[in-house]
Amino acid sequence: MQSIPFNTDNSPSVILELIFRLKIKNVMTRNVRTACKQCSMREIQKIMKEERITGVPITEGSRLCGIVSMEDVLNTMDEGLIEDDAHKHMTRNVIVLEEDMPLSFAINYMDKYHYGRFPVLNMNKELVGIITSRDIVNHLLLEMNKEMTRLEEMIPKADSVESGSQEMNFICHRYDFENAGKASTEIKKALKKRGIDRKIIRRIAVASYELEINIVVHSEGGGMTFVIHPDSVKIIAGDRGPGIADVEDAMTEGFSTANDWIRSLGFGAGMGLPNVKRVSDEFQIESTPGEGTTVTAVIFTNPPQSETVPEE
Amino acid sequence: MKVKDLAGKLNYECLVSEGDENEILDGYTSDLLSDVMGNAPEDSVLITIQAHKNTVAVASLAGITVLLICNNRPAPDDMLAAAADEGISVYRTKDSQFTASWKVHELI
Repeated sequence: MQSIPFNTDNSPSVILELIFRLKIKNVMTRNVRTACKQCSMREIQKIMKEERITGVPITEGSRLCGIVSMEDVLNTMDEGLIEDDAHKHMTRNVIVLEEDMPLSFAINYMDKYHYGRFPVLNMNKELVGIITSRDIVNHLLLEMNKEMTRLEEMIPKADSVESGSQEMNFICHRYDFENAGKASTEIKKALKKRGIDRKIIRRIAVASYELEINIVVHSEGGGMTFVIHPDSVKIIAGDRGPGIADVEDAMTEGFSTANDWIRSLGFGAGMGLPNVKRVSDEFQIESTPGEGTTVTAVIFTNPPQSETVPEE
Repeated sequence: MKVKDLAGKLNYECLVSEGDENEILDGYTSDLLSDVMGNAPEDSVLITIQAHKNTVAVASLAGITVLLICNNRPAPDDMLAAAADEGISVYRTKDSQFTASWKVHELI
């Protein structure tokens, strides 16, 4: 009979990772009720009844000498030897586990030796705990619960009504601080609805807001287009001029052409475009003096792809 | 800690309380909105003298849930209305950004 129906070789990798990551010391019961060698079997039976346990390790100091199981108690009762000392009836060759072993060892032992419990020793061979199939099952269920929650959060919300591609357009006017940020707020709401990761939404919002403010502060007016794909968001910020004389200068942190009034509002510090580039996975800027500027920024919304991007 | 708990301890003037139930994990002091946008940690209190509607927009996009206006700067009504809409609390103090920063830092 297999006491824990787990295959430690070819279970799903999430489970295997779990039983190798968890150490026996994380799962075992620490306050072990023990008895000494001179304890009578009757006293041990009393301990079992009080503590509702089915095995009591016999110790001398912190050293393990043996273990008395419910079965041993029943046998002595049967033979009229219940008043005998524990050391006469205990199992001496106890199979033990070490606290730093992975949990998979305990599962294998349960399977191999058919005992319901194993005493756990530390590096100095001292008794530090006991592990039962119940401890294992409880802990595995808890950990699997956590793991399932984590996995569930990673699954894109399939029932979302807006899960296909979508395009959103906004017009931005020169010096219209009243409505600056509106496009970014709208896109943020739309992405939230799709269940996209909060950190990724923030990167999109940062890029979008900086580009929006750029149009309001520096251009004659223009617009923002957002193309939302299942795995990325493309932001296209275009304006009608006046264009950037030196794009390389504009991309340098601290370089700014903003006037004092704009600076007094907290903008125009020359951080906008560098900020956009930093949070984007793909970034492109094209500008023709006298005609206008178009900035295209792409941010991937699938976590595995965006992991390669440095954290903001 | 919660915004309302922090506010209660500091005894600062409450202008908008819509974000009072939010958790604050960090803080950021800056008057440069691009800097806030790029560098302020999420769930921060923003300590600033920039009291206008765009501060609220930046805060909302950067995931900031409470604004602390220093030097008793006047906060326009449209700013407070926008903050209420976005669920962001606004507090005001006569303290400077420096003083407010260390007071807040000590509490969170």
